[in-house]
Amino acid sequence: MSTPVVEVNNLTKEFTVKSTRGLRVIRRTVHAVSDVSLTIPEGKTVGLVGESGSGKTTVGRCILRLIEPTAGSVKFKGTELLGMEQNDLRKLRRSMQIVFQDPYASLDPKMTVGASIAEPLEIQRVSGNHQDRVAELLELVGLAPDHARRFPHEFSGGQRQRVGVARALALNPSFIVLDEPVSALDVSIQAGVVNLLQDLQEQLGLSYLFIAHDLSVVRHISDTVAVMYLGKIVEVGPAEDLYMASGHPYTKALLSAVPQADPVTERGRPRIMLQGEVPSPINPPSGCRFRTRCPIAKEICAVEEPELKERGQGHPVACHFADTVALEMPNPAAV
Amino acid sequence: MTDATLSIRDLRVTFKTLLGPVQAVRGVSLDVHPGEVLGVVGESGSGKSVSFLSVMGLLGKNAIIEGSAKVGDVELVGANQKAMRRVRGSDVAMIFQDPLSALNPVHRVGSQVAEMILAHQRGMSKDAAAKRAVELLDLVGIPQPEQRARQYAHEFSGGMRQRVMIAMAIANNPKVLIADEPTTALDVTVQAQILEVIDRIRKEMGTAVVLITHDLGVVARMADRVQVMYAGRVVERADVHNIFHGSRHPYTRGLLGSQPTLGNERLTPIPGAPPNMLQPPSGCAFRARCVHAAPECAGDLPELVQVGLTESACVRAHELEALV
Repeated sequence: MSTPVVEVNNLTKEFTVKSTRGLRVIRRTVHAVSDVSLTIPEGKTVGLVGESGSGKTTVGRCILRLIEPTAGSVKFKGTELLGMEQNDLRKLRRSMQIVFQDPYASLDPKMTVGASIAEPLEIQRVSGNHQDRVAELLELVGLAPDHARRFPHEFSGGQRQRVGVARALALNPSFIVLDEPVSALDVSIQAGVVNLLQDLQEQLGLSYLFIAHDLSVVRHISDTVAVMYLGKIVEVGPAEDLYMASGHPYTKALLSAVPQADPVTERGRPRIMLQGEVPSPINPPSGCRFRTRCPIAKEICAVEEPELKERGQGHPVACHFADTVALEMPNPAAV
Repeated sequence: MTDATLSIRDLRVTFKTLLGPVQAVRGVSLDVHPGEVLGVVGESGSGKSVSFLSVMGLLGKNAIIEGSAKVGDVELVGANQKAMRRVRGSDVAMIFQDPLSALNPVHRVGSQVAEMILAHQRGMSKDAAAKRAVELLDLVGIPQPEQRARQYAHEFSGGMRQRVMIAMAIANNPKVLIADEPTTALDVTVQAQILEVIDRIRKEMGTAVVLITHDLGVVARMADRVQVMYAGRVVERADVHNIFHGSRHPYTRGLLGSQPTLGNERLTPIPGAPPNMLQPPSGCAFRARCVHAAPECAGDLPELVQVGLTESACVRAHELEALV
């Protein structure tokens, strides 16, 4: 097997937050990402799903070192990124890019779209005719070359996201972090951007980390899916496998909570209602972090943290009862 | 069938802007019956929110509202502020996408709910209203309601704030609850809880619910009937099953087709973008993006007509095979 494009091992990110109580300053630690390991093979898409606060965006940014990880290892094509000098890192960043969620906020309103797309070329001092490259990139993402002279406000949301993709592609990267790239778009527009991302992957051999909270889009685009809860990966597996035979109670509950766009299946399937909300990452529960909301939690879950354990199917699950009680829970997606 | 709780006829909303009049809503008619959920679906700019904001009298002075919207015998379009204030929050209540901006940050949550009760039930004492507020918070599933009533909005999570909004909305037993994207800002597991609360209220109190959303999954789960909006018009209306399985409008089909599917089949986006409502196109507003467009589509504005099991505003609806 060839070296994976990205290999993340035991990645941990803790943020310190300060609050004051009277004159006293209290420092507390937010455990945003704890001990996350992840492999992204060449030319494949790994989907990362989870609710707000699960740490999925932090993982994406730590991989690119846009946020400095607290501990762990991130290897890009075998090269360790953590601890690398800024100069070397900048060179490597040509190969690693990111597309952000909000196409309105991620483009400079005072720069023409062409200038925005050419900016990475200038920063990296790429030689050659930048205008030609911009025209080429615009065509690649389904826009017209003369759009380069326009400003972001002249574009619709979907077109703006295409500009964001063109900018990410400017330096011929091999790996792109897609951080909720279609969440802000209407569904009829979203489909076009999803198709574009898939076409580009095939054409250019790109590898993606696709971060999203929308499970149906993730299922559609990903080869492998990882589910995060409160800073930890609770389950990883091949996309279809994870959806049709999920092994973790949280994955099952999450899948059952996503309404399916079909009244017959939607009303006929089992539903696992979770009580309460995600606890604070400042004080994550002891043992299994999901236990406070888990319908099958037992005493052991508060004492011992379940490991993300391979069960011989390429589909590891971090649950003490992955082979017993959790297995018997209904599979909400399998209808 | 029982009489409609909320009855809207030929509603039109035009915004005066510097660039000229924007025709946001162009002739919408609908009925909502007690205890039913009407799903209103459409993309950004289709006029789905504006229609109901205009009914509630919540639009700015630059909005020109025409047509009729009646709750029982009370006409809401053109009603004066005093009359609106009597209806709003008692007969018709509305909840919004962002509950934080709808709550007052410097008043305790319980007193905001109580204020809502006192605004419409003059005879009630403050103590009784405070007690009723706690009951309402309990009803919408807020744990430890007595303590929570004394807290402020910032001490509540997004899902809990939306529950508070629902408590305020149902404080005076409204006949109609208009929910404008009530779960869009929430995580899916919390969304499921909020939808459950809305469903329970509908069943227990017989409230008619208008559920405005862009999420076809939410509609499939909650709605009894659905109407699909595009460019300020209703383009299709039917029972929920017939919208998903018997649609006779190309836009509805386009929306359903853009949904991510199982496996790796290619998605089919709707080409192009919605029209500019400063100059809405003649005839069918969807024709520029429609795969079935024909010369006759540029003619008169298509009206809803019964085709098969749905009402469709497509002149070629009878030629379209029903979706199976």
